[in-house]
Amino acid sequence: MNLVKFLSRRFFHSIFVLLGLSIVIFIIARVMPGDPARVAVGARAEDWVVDKLREQMHLNETLPVQYGYWLSDALQGDFGISLVTRRSVADDIKEFFPASLELALFSLIITASMGIGLGMLSARHKDKLVDNVVRVFSYLGVVTPSFVFAILFMLLFGFVLNWLPTLGRLSEGITRPPTITGFMTVDSLLAGDLEAFADAGKHLILPALALAMGSMAQEARITRASMCENLTKDYIAAGRALGIPERTITGRFLLKPSLIATISIMGLDFAGGLSNAFLVELIFVWPGLSRYGMNAILRKDLNAISAVILVLGVVFIVVNITVDLIVSKLDPRIGLRSSRSD
Amino acid sequence: MAEQARESILVLTDQQLKELQRQSGRENLGRAWFKFSRNPLSIIGGVTTLIVVLLAIFAPYVTPYPEHATIPFTDFANAGNPPNSKNLFGTDMIGRDIFSRSIYGFRFSLTMGLVVLSLVVPTGVLLGLIAGYFQGTRIDTLIMRITDIFLAVPPLILALAIASVLEPNLFHSMVAVSLMWWPWYTRLVYGLASAQRNEFYVSSAEITGASTPHILFREILPNCLSPVFTKMSLDMGWVIIIGASLSFVGLGIQPPKPGLGTMVASGTNYLPDQWWISLFPALAIVVLVLGFNLLGDGLRDLFAAEEV
Repeated sequence: MNLVKFLSRRFFHSIFVLLGLSIVIFIIARVMPGDPARVAVGARAEDWVVDKLREQMHLNETLPVQYGYWLSDALQGDFGISLVTRRSVADDIKEFFPASLELALFSLIITASMGIGLGMLSARHKDKLVDNVVRVFSYLGVVTPSFVFAILFMLLFGFVLNWLPTLGRLSEGITRPPTITGFMTVDSLLAGDLEAFADAGKHLILPALALAMGSMAQEARITRASMCENLTKDYIAAGRALGIPERTITGRFLLKPSLIATISIMGLDFAGGLSNAFLVELIFVWPGLSRYGMNAILRKDLNAISAVILVLGVVFIVVNITVDLIVSKLDPRIGLRSSRSD
Repeated sequence: MAEQARESILVLTDQQLKELQRQSGRENLGRAWFKFSRNPLSIIGGVTTLIVVLLAIFAPYVTPYPEHATIPFTDFANAGNPPNSKNLFGTDMIGRDIFSRSIYGFRFSLTMGLVVLSLVVPTGVLLGLIAGYFQGTRIDTLIMRITDIFLAVPPLILALAIASVLEPNLFHSMVAVSLMWWPWYTRLVYGLASAQRNEFYVSSAEITGASTPHILFREILPNCLSPVFTKMSLDMGWVIIIGASLSFVGLGIQPPKPGLGTMVASGTNYLPDQWWISLFPALAIVVLVLGFNLLGDGLRDLFAAEEV
């Protein structure tokens, strides 16, 4: 399958998935007890105001018609007003999404480097002490919920050792660089403010690490397993017999095929990490999309909930397509195929 | 020649045949146990799980202060005690023994896991079987597209959203997680069933006029079960984590009931000074999930089920 055909097919498929997701979200939003119009204006508003608003929000129509209105608004980027911030949900998302993305990408870097690194280390020293330590570590990493890691890191590095800041994105007293990309680290570099850059970086470490632990452990396990398997293959023995240096064998022959499984899982984990971010951002008071979504969930702010879930659905789909592209580059035999059921 | 062969088969009476089947079944079980028991991690997992389950079942008899977990209880004189000989894990800010409450917390976590799995496994497996057997038809498209929609968002997020619109309690959090979890089984069984449907034994059954339910449940299903069981064991852990996460944000088990996630959350207000209030329930979650994971991995090696 060539690239254009593959992308258009996946794009077409994604539209249906997102439409379906929007129906699910709409149903969740509408089965909730209570009158959205009443919730929007507050308990003290007079009845005629609520009636007027009901009319305006199309709440007197049938459900499919309501969905039609909701969808056409959503397609234009209008998700209504957030009950928590009293601002347009679209504006909120524009503000909070970069913070989450910065956290998620930073944690992806940790996951990829540490996970693959530990996996390689473990595979090279198979069944030795190092290997066993890494395996125990990765077991614990996989089974510990991210919010437990968040609390442990906060306690250890934040309070006991007092090495790193635990709240928010910047310390008090440091001026926030002008928002260009929304990534605090990139913005401060663009502004040439090295102090702010260092501070933003320090603030990133603990939440990103808490978020990365689970998938890092998973990556380490998978990399170890596939490297150990590939080490027994004939082409490795052939390479060694030809006198190719061990470094070249590991780096060029062994790593590439071994990373296919790792990268496939990493894509899933990256998206899963966005949902763990719901708890981690809450604990570290990280002003990101997930904390916004979490607050919306706790206060039943349905406009915001719907928008956050849809945005995450889009991210999930984009990540999946990207992973398939990378995997097909790593192993041309697999070609462009879909990781999904079709 | 063919006659002879058939006769040599026919000499077996039904009873002899059954005895042979029983024997080979016992041998398979013995071999499986041997393979399983050679891996120390699987044994640790199995033992941990067994201990946790027993502790949960006999919680009233093994905990020093069952009343701290079962009724609204306060003892302000002993509030916030660090771990000591009377309170192994210390006491929380209203004087309840955290050890007793953690053991009772196992009950809620295990209930959560069992109820969710007993809801999602039959649903997911049934849909996967049907979609897999009728692969390429409209039924397949319908089921798998709906499955894709649910798989398009990480389960925790939709579970949070669903739990948020319902009254927060254990039952509703189980409903929310179940609604999100069945697609994973559908996708797993779909892959297995669609591979099985082209096997000769399925076409033989079709030719001899076996009914569709017979083919689905008696022919294909038994060949899909081992990965499903393995996934169930691993999923017990994940469901428990998601349940604890829901409780942690206040959308699951409500205080004063001793949900593990609820207890961790209530302790975060007293960090870092009263660290034991959060830490021990958190460790309890880790031990619980670790047990199921080690067990599940042991089973996976046993069945060599790569798909899970």
